[in-house]
Amino acid sequence: MTDAVAKYKDQEFLTFTLGDENYALDILAVKEIRGYESVTKIAKAPAFIKGVINLRGDIVPIVDLRIKFNVGQATYDEFTIVIVLNIQNRIVGIVVDSVSDVVSLNKDQLRLPPDFGVAFDSRYLLGLATINEQMIILVDINELISSEEMGLFDSHHNDVV
Amino acid sequence: MSIDMKQFHSVFFEESQEHLDEMEHLLLDLNTEDPDSEDLNSIFRAAHSIKGGSGIFGFDALGSVTHIMESLLDNVRQKKLAITSTMVDLFLSSVDVLKGILESYKSASEIDWTNVNKICERLEQVTRTKESKANDMDGFGFFDEPVSFNTEDGFGFFDDSVVPSQQDAYGFFDDSPVLTDLNHDSTKRESKRVVKNFTHHESQSADFQVTVSEINKVIPQPEIVTAAPPAKIKSIDASHSENSSIRVDVAKVDQLINLVGEIVITQSMLNLIGQRIEGDLGEKFQSVAAELERNTREIQEAVMSIRMLPISFVFNRFPRVVRDLSTKLGKSIDLIIEGGDTELDKGLTEKLVDPLTHLVRNSIDHGIESAEIRADRNKNTTGKVILKATQQGGSIVISISDDGGGLNREKILAKAHEKNIAVGEHPSDADVWQLIFAPGFSTADEITDVSGRGVGLDVVKRNVQSLGGRIDIESSEGVGATFTIRLPLTLAIVDGMCVSVGDQTFIIPLVNIVESMQPLEKDIKTLAGNDQLLLVRDQYWPVLPLYRAMQIEPQFTETHRGIAVLVEANKHRFALFVDGLVGQQQVVIKSLEQHYKRVQGVAGATIMGDGSVALILDVESLSTSIKPPLQHAS
Repeated sequence: MTDAVAKYKDQEFLTFTLGDENYALDILAVKEIRGYESVTKIAKAPAFIKGVINLRGDIVPIVDLRIKFNVGQATYDEFTIVIVLNIQNRIVGIVVDSVSDVVSLNKDQLRLPPDFGVAFDSRYLLGLATINEQMIILVDINELISSEEMGLFDSHHNDVV
Repeated sequence: MSIDMKQFHSVFFEESQEHLDEMEHLLLDLNTEDPDSEDLNSIFRAAHSIKGGSGIFGFDALGSVTHIMESLLDNVRQKKLAITSTMVDLFLSSVDVLKGILESYKSASEIDWTNVNKICERLEQVTRTKESKANDMDGFGFFDEPVSFNTEDGFGFFDDSVVPSQQDAYGFFDDSPVLTDLNHDSTKRESKRVVKNFTHHESQSADFQVTVSEINKVIPQPEIVTAAPPAKIKSIDASHSENSSIRVDVAKVDQLINLVGEIVITQSMLNLIGQRIEGDLGEKFQSVAAELERNTREIQEAVMSIRMLPISFVFNRFPRVVRDLSTKLGKSIDLIIEGGDTELDKGLTEKLVDPLTHLVRNSIDHGIESAEIRADRNKNTTGKVILKATQQGGSIVISISDDGGGLNREKILAKAHEKNIAVGEHPSDADVWQLIFAPGFSTADEITDVSGRGVGLDVVKRNVQSLGGRIDIESSEGVGATFTIRLPLTLAIVDGMCVSVGDQTFIIPLVNIVESMQPLEKDIKTLAGNDQLLLVRDQYWPVLPLYRAMQIEPQFTETHRGIAVLVEANKHRFALFVDGLVGQQQVVIKSLEQHYKRVQGVAGATIMGDGSVALILDVESLSTSIKPPLQHAS
């Protein structure tokens, strides 16, 4: 854990909200931020995978983290935000309630994550930080998106889904 | 030398591959009675180029074989040695060995030295028989080219190093003994002699100057001798630039194709907006937009054509295949190639090689009868195999025809019966011919090592289908058979029918579609469990509602209100029930797996004119979602 924290010291994070909670992810994983547009549904996909969009010629899946973690209202309008991520050379869009800020954090500001109380499994968390008296939860976005739970990547054992 | 030679390796491999292909091609065309001197020169140059390159990069195995080939070819070229068909065979097998070596270097795997040494030995045998004669006749033994490897190669390397000075010669010997070592064809024979020769060479390097000056004295115009090889190299370069081409990374081309696809989409969106502008400005806008549309189409065509290669890249290997096979089977066969300049996608040409090779072998082995039978049947004893490619609209049609015995209907039916393959009561010829594509099917009376094991034709069919194509057979007993392969022009584009279900559009590949119809209520039979059958001309087709397979809300749920698209894939026939047909169009296939994962029933995705994503259906995998009892209902 301390290694992972050390790795992220003095790095910039993009903060976003899901429901009432503030989260942050490594800004280097962010490709772009765009508005939500209509998606093409994919059969037999879980509800949080909204479908795919055309991102300049790439077919990119869109995941609604609000549905996945059962927070906030999964409504879609012109203010709905998609953070397009580049994870392990794959492009994935995540739908969040809002994007707030870019913050720079160092090791000293990080606290160990709690085992409960947030929507994410602590496996996918890097730690907690307090900025302007607000608690921000640092997400290990790489770990989260590539996790089996998200089912976005074909795993080798189970490539027929 | 501080330059990292590795960066040039891939270029060398590609060039050598081309040289080898050219050599093989020329050798096959060579008339042994009256060889064309230009052809001989080209073969020699090809060997020389590979030798030069392999020397620079230290690919000893390539160098040693090409070196002997080169000296032998040089004799032939200078008419000191008459070329025979045995020699052509020997050269052809050398080319094979060279290809193997090249492959080993490419994949950095172990080189099959036994093979290399064997072919060197055989080549040297021919050289030696020639040498002994030459020495008897020629007083100037040392200067006689076949014998004087040292001088000859000295010159060769002088030419490679830019300044042909003595200094360079020394530098060369000092730097890379491997190369000098290479130049002794004898080194490969006996290690003892290698050492001896090598030391001999070292001691000689001091009086190399003498050697050169001696040559200068003896040969009246030494400049020409030294100048000749570079001049030749230049002329090769010149001929290259005539139909000049550049090597470009395929990824770059694909990126370009992607970007152009984007322009086309943006342009059509612009068109849609333009239609809403009114008045003068709108008219102006639309005429400009029309101009843009034409230009973008042209750009798209031009960019797509970058990936196109003439099919001769595939066809050119067949003269060799036919030659080898006809010799082996003792049949005399003429191969006729037509339409070699038909262009198709590079990705396709590579994947066509195996199925085509199989079909050609099949035609020669099973199709063409033996000479005696042909004579009995009053046919020309020389069989004929025609390989032909044409472009018909958006597809490429490749046919392999032979004037052999044709397919035997009774034999195939009997075999099908034996193998328990279901056949209709009065099958049409076309249906019977399709039976030979069944796995494990072979009617060959005896299994030869060429074909007849029954593993193959089903693979051929699968390969062709995986390229989005289909294969048909025409045959008439005693006259011959024709296998026809139809392929889309490129792998990246599929001809499809757009269908709508709810608010989504799907693409059904046209190759899978049998027909589309609006079913009548009375033709729909509902079974227990809500499964339906559709009666079409006395045949029952299981109905698969696409909205159910794709889990979306449809416009219609009653089958008779929508459209039934009858599809067929891999022997499964069923009716896909959709809301409506949108239209037929060519779509660019995009991968879903690149950023997501494979989805059952979906072959890929494409981007429609309005920028939205439509899924391309995989009819074969959709058929598996039909319940087993219904699969054979048709």
